[in-house]
Amino acid sequence: MLAAKTVMEQGIHVEGINFFTGFCVEGHTHAIREKDKAKPKRNNSLWVAEQLGIKLHIVDVIEEYKNVLINPKHGYGQHMNPCLDCKIFMVNKAKQWIAENDFDFIITGEVIGQRPMSQRKATMPIVAKESGADDLLLRPLCAKNLPATLPEREGWVDREKLHDITGRSRKPQMAMAEQFGIDEYSQPAGGCCFLTDKNYSAKLVDLWKARDNKNYELDDVMLLKVGRHIRPQPNFKLIVAREEGEGRFLQGYKKDYISMACVSHSGPLVLIDGSPSAEDLYLAASITARFGQGRDAEQVDISILSKDGSERTIQVAPMKTEAMPKEWYI
Amino acid sequence: MIKETLNARRLLCPLPVIRTQDKVKQLQAGDRLEVICTDPGVMQDIPAWCRINGHKVLETISGDHEYIIILEVGA
Repeated sequence: MLAAKTVMEQGIHVEGINFFTGFCVEGHTHAIREKDKAKPKRNNSLWVAEQLGIKLHIVDVIEEYKNVLINPKHGYGQHMNPCLDCKIFMVNKAKQWIAENDFDFIITGEVIGQRPMSQRKATMPIVAKESGADDLLLRPLCAKNLPATLPEREGWVDREKLHDITGRSRKPQMAMAEQFGIDEYSQPAGGCCFLTDKNYSAKLVDLWKARDNKNYELDDVMLLKVGRHIRPQPNFKLIVAREEGEGRFLQGYKKDYISMACVSHSGPLVLIDGSPSAEDLYLAASITARFGQGRDAEQVDISILSKDGSERTIQVAPMKTEAMPKEWYI
Repeated sequence: MIKETLNARRLLCPLPVIRTQDKVKQLQAGDRLEVICTDPGVMQDIPAWCRINGHKVLETISGDHEYIIILEVGA
């Protein structure tokens, strides 16, 4: 937002690009859950574009991003976040976009030293070089600490009006925001990607391990954001809705997964991912029963709906809480 | 004038906006598009996307866990 504003202040036409990888954290993901209904449900990039008065192009890169996540040349960060490869990929996509849409250069809000992986003095030239953007990549917030780029050398942009921010502190940006009259902004310290989340990354690694390969579909990564994930056996896991909103969301996947629900008592919808045996389904049913109102009953009825639409009901004893190893929870 | 319908049920933000954006590219100014979604966030996002890009929201309908937006493609 501040980088765009800095360049726009010089009378330069700016448009925004937002890449959707499938791992973006947005209020809407949380909006599935009833408890988060009060949270604002806006898309931050759209909101920022509207505040700036610029067009925004949202680009679906879900398919292409798989290779970035599965084979990151520069490795992962603290969790499954391939930040440097991700930045290189996105700047490369932006370079393609400006060529196709007749724009002259790319700007990003990067600041030297702000992020431990992709925004260090040593890695910022790597982003410019490996993305192919080279000196078409201008970082207005820290440009004075970097060699002059083509837009600066050509005089399209006045370098003197750019900035020299460094480090992790956001104070200079906050002061700049105040100067621009911007009093509302989002995510001042990152956190816009699920891959930086420890719990989410653990679920992703579990998925890859269980399938013995790293391939995934969008539905796989969406479902990792929803429900309790419990793996009692390597060949299957349960996704248990935690409340009504999640249950409604999981309903949409009943054609793609075996699903279970307690019919003698109220309880959550559960999806079964993997290839459970008939015996495994009894185990899954007893776990399903443990999360319903019949958890203290001697026996409950669990309906099992297959992907082909056939349905049957079995009787099981709910699993006792103390009988469920903590390691089952992913 | 063409009136088309886009099924964006089950898609979470920002996919309904992306699908709307892609569909609108195929339409002409004055055409109408009805977008049917299940993510309540679209009630903010699609109108915001329309305002940014010069399209007009004609109607928004909140139903039983479904949200419908009818827009007119701008010039």
